[in-house]
Amino acid sequence: MPPKPLDYESINENVKKAQYAVRGELYLRATELQKEGKKIIFTNVGNPHALGQKPLTFPRQVVALCQAPFLLDDPNVGLLFPADAIARAKQYLSITSGGLGAYSDSRGIPGVRKEVAEFIQRRDGYPSDPELIYLTDGASKAVMQTLNTIIKGEGDGIMVPVPQYPLYSATIALLGGTLVPYYLEETANWGLDTNELRKSITEGRRKGLNVKAMVIINPGNPTGQCLSAENLREVLQFCYDENLVLLGDEVYQTNIYQDERPFISSKKVLMDIGPPLSKEVQLVSFHSVSKGFLGECGQRGGYFEMTNIPPETVDEIYKVASISLSPNVPAQIFMGLMVNPPKPGDISYDQFFRESKGILESLRRRARIMTDGFNSCRNVVCNFTEGAMYSFPQVRLPPKALEAAKQAGKVADVFYCLKLLEATGISTVPGSGFGQKDGVFHLRTTILPAEEEMPAIMDSFKKFNDEFMEQYEDHRGYSRL
Amino acid sequence: MRKSAADRFRHLFNRSLVFVRNQQNQQHHRLSPIPLSSSPFSSMASDSPFPVTAQNINPQVLKCQYAVRGEIVTLAQNLQKDLQANPGAHSFDEIIYCNIGNPQSLGQQPITFFREVLALCDYPALLDKSETQGLFSADSIERAWQIVDQIPGRATGAYSHSQGIQGLRDTIAAGIGERDGFPCNADDIFLTDGASPAVHMMMQLLTRSEKDGILCPIPQYPLYSASITLHGGHLVPYYLDEATGWGLEISELKKQLEDAKSKGINVRALVVINPGNPTGQVLAEENQRAIVEFCKKEGLVLLADEVYQENVYVPEKKFHSFKKVSRSMGYGDNDLCLVSFQSVSKGYHGECGKRGGYMEVTGFSPDVREQIYKVASVNLCSNITGQILASLIMSPPKVGDESYESFMAEKNAILSSLTKRAKSLEEALNKLEGVTCNKAEGAMYLFPRIRLPEKAIKAAEAEKTAPDAFYCKRLLNATGIVVVPGSGFGQVPGTWHFRCTILPQEDRIPAIVTRLTEFHEKFMNEFRD
Repeated sequence: MPPKPLDYESINENVKKAQYAVRGELYLRATELQKEGKKIIFTNVGNPHALGQKPLTFPRQVVALCQAPFLLDDPNVGLLFPADAIARAKQYLSITSGGLGAYSDSRGIPGVRKEVAEFIQRRDGYPSDPELIYLTDGASKAVMQTLNTIIKGEGDGIMVPVPQYPLYSATIALLGGTLVPYYLEETANWGLDTNELRKSITEGRRKGLNVKAMVIINPGNPTGQCLSAENLREVLQFCYDENLVLLGDEVYQTNIYQDERPFISSKKVLMDIGPPLSKEVQLVSFHSVSKGFLGECGQRGGYFEMTNIPPETVDEIYKVASISLSPNVPAQIFMGLMVNPPKPGDISYDQFFRESKGILESLRRRARIMTDGFNSCRNVVCNFTEGAMYSFPQVRLPPKALEAAKQAGKVADVFYCLKLLEATGISTVPGSGFGQKDGVFHLRTTILPAEEEMPAIMDSFKKFNDEFMEQYEDHRGYSRL
Repeated sequence: MRKSAADRFRHLFNRSLVFVRNQQNQQHHRLSPIPLSSSPFSSMASDSPFPVTAQNINPQVLKCQYAVRGEIVTLAQNLQKDLQANPGAHSFDEIIYCNIGNPQSLGQQPITFFREVLALCDYPALLDKSETQGLFSADSIERAWQIVDQIPGRATGAYSHSQGIQGLRDTIAAGIGERDGFPCNADDIFLTDGASPAVHMMMQLLTRSEKDGILCPIPQYPLYSASITLHGGHLVPYYLDEATGWGLEISELKKQLEDAKSKGINVRALVVINPGNPTGQVLAEENQRAIVEFCKKEGLVLLADEVYQENVYVPEKKFHSFKKVSRSMGYGDNDLCLVSFQSVSKGYHGECGKRGGYMEVTGFSPDVREQIYKVASVNLCSNITGQILASLIMSPPKVGDESYESFMAEKNAILSSLTKRAKSLEEALNKLEGVTCNKAEGAMYLFPRIRLPEKAIKAAEAEKTAPDAFYCKRLLNATGIVVVPGSGFGQVPGTWHFRCTILPQEDRIPAIVTRLTEFHEKFMNEFRD
């Protein structure tokens, strides 16, 4: 019997090669345990609402009204919805061609793209062209589309930070390209060093690769660091010198938990530098409604903005976007509301401001609680979460633990995280899912569990870790650098 | 290390050469699907002047085409801008988009019950307010409660399970079971952002190299050709027979399969669109059984695009899912690899903008299922609104529900109107000189064949345009009506068609028919041999 086309051996090898740990082995084990009745705390994915964060009221009101326009005709609608939500819903419905149920322009509703352009202009102080902004079903789709345009085959290299969010490694594998890693420096707060960049690209070229692009995630995931303007200037100069397109993943731009390094967009820095770089460096920037304080992951809303991309290439990107017809319309409305929220004086402003401020301040506190909690464990070192939504502590594992992991046929951090899961119900993602230096182990958790549950969670972790070290400690020394 | 001045000069010089080449290539760019030759890749930065130019992007991106939103639509959009800037400059005062199956953009109203439930799920705080009962039907409130309770933490804004929310998949599985009379496993369902991403996933899974082929109907919905191209595979065409109402002959399938095999193509799957797009035929059950048999015998995956399953306009035909047909033949998971696609965009609900859909995947091993799950997980999940809507269309209001009567009234009004419009447009097209049009038994389109006089064909050639594109452009410029040239879907060489939707509102149809008829007369008079 010849193998069937969907037998394991017959399917696309690239599919088999791709890995995505965020919903991989640990997560699947956690869901199994959950089915058996164990209480699981899912800290494996940046999914705020799943851990109790509430959606902001105003956007939900506007979208609900857009969803059911007959409500707008009902004289009692004012009993349930504030006037500014009603007005905003009417306004959005008027700029769609058929409400939420019609395919929009394949690039997204022009009026919403205009709102995004205006947001970018206000944020950066430089004009932004709505024609070069495409809305997508989440930033992930935008990343996939962009990489698909760039990658021809395994001869094409894409520079990606290590540790990285594994969307990049998985997508590069699916598209048959080659990942060129550049290491972030843990001891320098996950800093980005241009020497390391040069080392990385040289290595890539030595292997015969055509290195075409560089990814930066700012604020970082899983690492949380916020890049300084100086750092960004160096990166842009590097891309100019080495002829790389810069892919700027900026989905966490409003998740900033320190004041020394506020968010500054790659585009702004590029424009500040001025010509020739500002006219020549190719840049694609990504944003999303899933993070920030909105946390609307389930809507699947995002956009990418293109800078210095030639018109013929933009045409091709449009063509591919058109095959999927259009991004989902409700999420486009969420995007409009995110970039153009209620203003002071609007009926809903106070509530919106209060809700968003409350979330961000709580995240800042939780970032601190978690970092401190990890650092209070003797074999754990954790950089502060400057931004994003994660904590990425380094766990130093004694040789006996490494041995036990090997016996169990598991990577050391997977072994540790599985034990953590079984003991405490805390579902994390092992650092190997993001990449790390050889022999150094991490885990990624989110800072998203409810604030009042944090102390108990950190206690639970500490207790497990003490017991683990008790079991495997051997006073000869630890695994680390 | 900084580039030396000499390096930089060379760099800039190379860039200017590429720019000139790009200008020259641009003319040929849009009209023909001939791929631009990609520059040989090199390991040194200075040999590829820009990282991202049309010269060095993924050649599969350059090759693929999607006419539904292609050149003719761009022309229409430009005309529309022109109309706004210079009203009265043309002999029509609006563009009528008949190029795309997008019902609600042409005035079709959404189903009230579905929108009630969605609004409540979007803003669940409403469920706790007493005023809500005055604005929403009781059963929509109840259904919304049911749904939010199936979502952990009532968090409709959270990423769900990568296959979609379990409870919703259970509902869909039950709906499929009821429709077919054969059970469906919720674990076989993958909810996606529309049916299109699900199709892409299967093409990705099945395509290892350009030696892997997928059998596709000609004419076909160009998602298939574009997707196969993007994934680097090989489209193996099988021709539907226009003379027999777009009949699908097994002998044709066999012929094309053998032909492909002899060329060293590894044919992996068969795409069947039922009801057909653009052709609108609804397969007879007997025909479907023969197709199932063929796939089983030849070891092909059957990819069943069934997004128009609720759009059947003729009493003598009925929709039968391929799942039902294969199970009724006694074939189970061990006999046949079957992937069935459904969408919220069509039917009577027409919710294109929500991007909701699913695929039901049966007959493959657990380790392959793991791979499909893995690919789905990289995108985390499909949008929740679309997921909810998919469950609603597979479990609409039942007899006895408060909304049942109004729901049925809305549904029947839409379907009977579509039936009427399919008929009146088909009749009008058949009256045109040299035009024959098969009945639209289902779906949302008409695909008339136009016989163009030699003079017209020569005029098209002179403009470096395909004859059917030439006709469609003339039609657009004279009437504002946008249709898609048949070459965008594939057709027997030497024949010409265009695809027109049946979606403009009923009261606009007479005016459209008049304008189309007048244009066609003038066109034929101008180019008559």
